[in-house]
Amino acid sequence: MAGTISPYKTNRRSAPAGSGSAGRGAGGRERSGLGQKVRRNLSAHGFLFGALVCFGFFTWYPMVREVIMSFQKTKRGKTTWVGFDNLERIFDDPDFWHAWRNTFLFTLLALVLGFALPFFVAVLLNELRHAKAYLRILVYLPVMMPPVAAVLLFKYFYNPDYGLFNDILRTLHLPTSAWLNSPDTAMVSVVIAATWMNMGGATLIYLAALQGIPGELYEAADLDGAGLLRKLWHVTIPQTRLILSLLLLLQIVATMQVFVEPFLLTGGNGPQNSTMTVVYLVYEYAFDLGGNNYGVASALGLVMLVVLAGFSALYSRLSRNSDND
Amino acid sequence: MKTNGLLHRSAVAVVVAGLAFSAAACSSSGGGSSSGDGGKAGDAGAPLDPATKVTITADCQPPTTKPAERKQWDDDIAAFNKIYPNVTIKATDGSPCEEPAKFTAQLAGKTQPDLFYAYFTDTNQILDAGGAQDISAYVNEKTVPALKDIDPSVLGTLKDADGKLYGLPVTNYKMGLIYNRKLFVQAGLDPDKPPTTWAEIREDAKKIAALGNGVNGYGDYSATNQGGWHFTAELYGLGGKMLSDDGKKVAFNSAEGKQVLQNLYDMRWTDNTMGATQGLKWPDLMTQTSTDKLGMYVGAPDDITYMVQTLKGNYEDYGMGPMPGGKSALLGGDGRFFKKGSTPDQIKAGVAWVNFKYLTMGKGQFDYSRNKTDGLPVGIPQPSFFGGASLAADNTAKAASATVPVKNYAPYVSTPVPGKTEPANAQQLYKVLDAAVSAVLTDKNADIAKLLTDAESQANQVLSSLQ
Repeated sequence: MAGTISPYKTNRRSAPAGSGSAGRGAGGRERSGLGQKVRRNLSAHGFLFGALVCFGFFTWYPMVREVIMSFQKTKRGKTTWVGFDNLERIFDDPDFWHAWRNTFLFTLLALVLGFALPFFVAVLLNELRHAKAYLRILVYLPVMMPPVAAVLLFKYFYNPDYGLFNDILRTLHLPTSAWLNSPDTAMVSVVIAATWMNMGGATLIYLAALQGIPGELYEAADLDGAGLLRKLWHVTIPQTRLILSLLLLLQIVATMQVFVEPFLLTGGNGPQNSTMTVVYLVYEYAFDLGGNNYGVASALGLVMLVVLAGFSALYSRLSRNSDND
Repeated sequence: MKTNGLLHRSAVAVVVAGLAFSAAACSSSGGGSSSGDGGKAGDAGAPLDPATKVTITADCQPPTTKPAERKQWDDDIAAFNKIYPNVTIKATDGSPCEEPAKFTAQLAGKTQPDLFYAYFTDTNQILDAGGAQDISAYVNEKTVPALKDIDPSVLGTLKDADGKLYGLPVTNYKMGLIYNRKLFVQAGLDPDKPPTTWAEIREDAKKIAALGNGVNGYGDYSATNQGGWHFTAELYGLGGKMLSDDGKKVAFNSAEGKQVLQNLYDMRWTDNTMGATQGLKWPDLMTQTSTDKLGMYVGAPDDITYMVQTLKGNYEDYGMGPMPGGKSALLGGDGRFFKKGSTPDQIKAGVAWVNFKYLTMGKGQFDYSRNKTDGLPVGIPQPSFFGGASLAADNTAKAASATVPVKNYAPYVSTPVPGKTEPANAQQLYKVLDAAVSAVLTDKNADIAKLLTDAESQANQVLSSLQ
């Protein structure tokens, strides 16, 4: 059909008639030039162009604007270049360091809970003989819940006066907690809610990886007399290392950009700014301080971008080295 | 591969085009102001010619979920069009009229309507964004006859440092003590004599909290900058200041500032009359009061309207007293600003509409007999920006059509506390103070002196970065 992409057709046409450069020379296709190539792949380039335009407008352009705005300030309707003033302002703001400490704490706690827990739930589900499908749905169910609804549900659970969690603790004659109302427990409470909301996706990915492990490996381990933990350590983890490390990176990048959970659970800052994260601080600079602080917000966003890009590059380098080993 | 080479060139072309577009967009945004400057203002002081044909856009039309207010809006537009038949007001509804995040984005994108709603505290932000038109030349006693009676401090919130006027007030409030009369009676307190000092509030709060069943004596906000807002109100009540006289430094680290935090700390931890649930933000205190779980809090008169109209409470159950301390009461409110670039006719039409709808006795929001017929409250002590003849006329008209138990607000009305406007860069200072208020309400070991010193240092840093 005219205009449709046929990889087979395209490949055949662009494949050299002979071998190497001789073939291309003999076919004389270079002489036909750019126009013929464009015509040949017109529909493919059309689709590509659409995608590039979308990326250009909605991804690259805002990124370029963010970088530019990081060095600008708007005052009385006039935008001027201010060099590194915006960066200086965020570095001078005690909340900047506070927000980074909180963000790293959230990331650490979210990894301890949100990385390990789904893996062990996946291992457990993989070992089950019955009700596997039912339990899989059950684990994934929170992911299907709108995040705002899930967060507000937890907000109710956490209420120190009439919330579910304290009711349970009272029933068990255990001491109650202030949950979101104390700087000591607010962040942990946010992490618990976030883990509950998001662990379903990671669990299913781990489960898929676990099911790809050949059964013979476990049989061989059994023959060698390996117990559950040894099998986990010497078979399961090495076999799922790729997916584990990929999810680790994705989770770090995602958890460092946490916003919705603290924003809804504690209003963003939390008691004594204990749940203020970097992305929330970006939001606060941009929208919540009654000023035209887009430049400062952009500068902080840029710092975040650099940190995450640096981390990704480091991760990439480490995993390459590990592959070479 | 040749194909990749081609792709590479295409991609480069698109990226280059995108960057060129970005550069163009950046340079256009660098200029700041939009095309118009209000046009010729030679005859600016003259009222709008009734024959003028002009269209303006406006926000804050009451939503259809408030049918009485919506009907009044439509009726007022029709009545306004009888005087100015060729003025078209294209309105968009919204409730609340301003969402700060959306408003900030609108200003940045210059997509606010010609006549737009904003809080008094937004003036600096609007001017920094180059979002409003100077309307000084258009506002006088011919275009706004009640102008001479408007409280100068209220008009001052809508002016820049040079005294240029950018908006007109629509409503305002002075904060006071809102209390639940039903709980007062249950606790054996006199509902007609609310406490006027913090010592009295503490004592009354103990009696109310003693009712049990999750009832708290006193409540306060401590999140989303509202903790700082209430700190300021309570500081003003005690006679404290937020800023130094030159406005360059903060002045809240004072005896009054310490007393504000100490009061909250004592009620939270020593008396245990504020409950364990903190981090509250608007409208949590209203929700608690309307469900008879809270005895007292500091608020504005229209909180009572909200508790009745939205939360289905009863006017009979709520009273209002003067701001504790009684030195001064935080004065806030909102107005209508005029978009930068509006034509002279648009500005004149906007001024005429605001005057008709919001600033004329017996019309628009001051048509109390109509409010009574439509089931809207009459008698709430708000707005309160008029003085002189307008105030006298307002009081008479309000008393004649009162639908709410005005005696419940007698302690507030009969003890007038001078209004004091919010500080410049209010939201930035409130954010800093939020942390201090939150700390005393969530940390039993909070060090008040240190909290205030830290907040002072941080706020001064913020102010210096804004100079």
